[in-house]
Amino acid sequence: MSPDLLKLIFGRLGLESLPLHEPIVVGTFVVVALGGAALLGGLTYFRLWGYLWREWFTTVDHKRIGIMYMILGIVMLLRGFADALMMRGQQMLAFGGSEGYLNAHHYDQVFTAHGVIMIFFVAMPLVTGLMNYVVPLQIGARDVSFPFLNNFSFWMTVGGAVLVMASLFIGEFARTGWLAYPPLSNIGYSPDVGVDYYIWALQVAGVGTTLSGINLICTIVKLRCPGMTMMKMPVFTWTSLCTNVLIVASFPVLTVVLALLSLDRYVGTNFFTNDFGGSPMMYVNLIWIWGHPEVYILVLPAFGIFSEVTSTFSGKRLFGYTSMVYATVVITILSYLVWLHHFFTMGSGASVNSFFGITTMIISIPTGAKMFNWLFTMYRGRIRYELPMMWTIAFMLTFVIGGMTGVLLAVPPADFVLHNSLFLIAHFHNVIIGGVVFGAFAGINYWFPKAFGFKLDPFWGKMSFWFWVTGFYLAFMPLYVLGLMGVTRRLRVFEDLSLQIWFVIAAIGAVFVFIGILSMLMQFAVSLLKREQLKDVTGDPWDARTLEWATSSPPPDYNFAFTPVVHDNDAWWDMKRRGYQRPLTGFRPIHMPSSTGTGIILAGLATAMGFGLIWYMWWLAALSFIAMLAVGIGHTFNYHRDFDIPADDIIRTEDARTKLLAGAK
Amino acid sequence: MSTDTHAAGAHDHHHEGGHAHSTFSGYMLGFVLSVVLTAIPFWLVMSGALPSKQITALVIMAFAIVQIVVHMVYFLHMNTTSENGWTMMALIFTIVMVVIALSGSLWVMSHLNSNMMPMHQMGGMK
Repeated sequence: MSPDLLKLIFGRLGLESLPLHEPIVVGTFVVVALGGAALLGGLTYFRLWGYLWREWFTTVDHKRIGIMYMILGIVMLLRGFADALMMRGQQMLAFGGSEGYLNAHHYDQVFTAHGVIMIFFVAMPLVTGLMNYVVPLQIGARDVSFPFLNNFSFWMTVGGAVLVMASLFIGEFARTGWLAYPPLSNIGYSPDVGVDYYIWALQVAGVGTTLSGINLICTIVKLRCPGMTMMKMPVFTWTSLCTNVLIVASFPVLTVVLALLSLDRYVGTNFFTNDFGGSPMMYVNLIWIWGHPEVYILVLPAFGIFSEVTSTFSGKRLFGYTSMVYATVVITILSYLVWLHHFFTMGSGASVNSFFGITTMIISIPTGAKMFNWLFTMYRGRIRYELPMMWTIAFMLTFVIGGMTGVLLAVPPADFVLHNSLFLIAHFHNVIIGGVVFGAFAGINYWFPKAFGFKLDPFWGKMSFWFWVTGFYLAFMPLYVLGLMGVTRRLRVFEDLSLQIWFVIAAIGAVFVFIGILSMLMQFAVSLLKREQLKDVTGDPWDARTLEWATSSPPPDYNFAFTPVVHDNDAWWDMKRRGYQRPLTGFRPIHMPSSTGTGIILAGLATAMGFGLIWYMWWLAALSFIAMLAVGIGHTFNYHRDFDIPADDIIRTEDARTKLLAGAK
Repeated sequence: MSTDTHAAGAHDHHHEGGHAHSTFSGYMLGFVLSVVLTAIPFWLVMSGALPSKQITALVIMAFAIVQIVVHMVYFLHMNTTSENGWTMMALIFTIVMVVIALSGSLWVMSHLNSNMMPMHQMGGMK
């Protein structure tokens, strides 16, 4: 074939784009290919494709979509953590003339991919998954407001993850750091596909995130059960509402700034170039207008989880519900007023820096108020140290340290010393692991019995807990020390041998965390095997307080046979106290949305379009775009969108539960 | 998506708040207003009717703001009572966010521009 034709078909993609010269990547590819082949073979052998397609991939049930988000988050955690281990290994070895084992080209991709994956494809899916699963149950709804949109959002997130994963084996990922600052990310300095992978992965996933934000806001505003006024909503629902407001308000900024960067790269505009009137500083400014709210998007739902867990396992009403709600709302607003603290050193001067330094310090006040609310909830409570509560205590201790180093960084003169140092790295891992990740694990341990009908195994859960917590401290406390000594981030080799010991300790910590992750996978496996012993038939294994525990575990497709009516903040606690009797008769058919494959097809086409744009395969991009429009319009002619679950089915389901409950007593 | 919405929230059939009624004349009025509000800025730029570029830019921005209000009132049917006041609350929140992002960016970028862009000071530094 002529080179021109090849170029027309494959764009920039050629055999030389495959990283065959990188033994580590080739090795990874072999393992992934074998594992993938085994998985696909297994699915085919056990004839699971039809089941997966019908019951999971095309489902519009918020519970199953929530579970799929969690699986995505955990799978991507393994990838992101592999990157972390590689970095810790490299920095531990590359001392005194040693180059370590990663070349600069590869190492720069590793730290970029680590950041991007951990934020967008681990933390976001875990948080979104929990919100998706829990919020409709907590407000007594049967599903989210737009069930099809929910399925589509999930698959768009997967599409972004697929693009990031593809960059590992086809071409390369960005070497720019996780926010891809220009001018480095401009076409002149990054002419390869790395930054394009970054852009399109985030654009595809960003559509999903924004739509799921709209969906959950609408759900919370419109679908609350009778009696649940705004100030009777569970705190997790409140924090979810604020998080989704933040998503809807801030993700468009990310979309636009990435679109402007792609215009710079694809058609030669000069928004963020050094010349022709462009300003890279504008990119930094805009991306942090999204980026700062993003960290609150992640941590607010975690605060909600800790609130639910603390009051449940202390056997008490949450202390200061109203102040908790107001603190959440204040954080929502304030999170928009602090973005400049990410670039104090860019040179905006004393007046601007002091304004943003002060707003940053102010934001610790509502956060501190929350901390006291949790402490006062525990005060004189009958605390049960089950796994979710253990994660909560670990969070409270860890997050306070991270918060204090954050306030330290908020002082502009101090930031001039610590900016871009490992102190900063230690700080944000301290709040993201200590806050978001511990929160997600508390949430997983807390709501797992609701989702699957059996508790998670406590032994492996505790193994995971202790290895994670000690591993975290071992891995990141040395980075604080190194940062104070002036070591900057993203370094690949070191000269000063006296620093090595700290990197060795950090690497040991990373291995501890790795054992923690393996223990968690073990915990899932052991719990699955011991599911009969760990079974919970009551639907309320923790003696909890909010509505999701009022239905069976796992909940039926329709969540609640009758829409509950709420009279109190802790609705289910109140129902139990007043001697609530489950209705046993009078069931009526329930109107439900039907499954549809449109979401996964659209997201697949969007991913193909991203791939085409990355590799300059214009025909593929154009074709998939047209196909997306066609499928989207075609979907509007799909009139089989809903069905009724017959009353007989509901009677059968509810009778089965009645028998189980009778057996339990 | 309305069927889906109702499927998910069968209890939510009653209408909350009053919807502003959408009428043909309302849409026509909105359409005419937006066309006029778009045409005037074009004319201002193409004819150069105003003496300075800066004044022209400011006038166009003023027209843009009016345009936004026209869209919200005539096409999105927003008023203070629709959806129990939620649309109004969302609007106020949006305005706060946009004002913060725009004024903050202008403030930050003007400082960065005067502090960090070398071209302006080159003359004085010789």
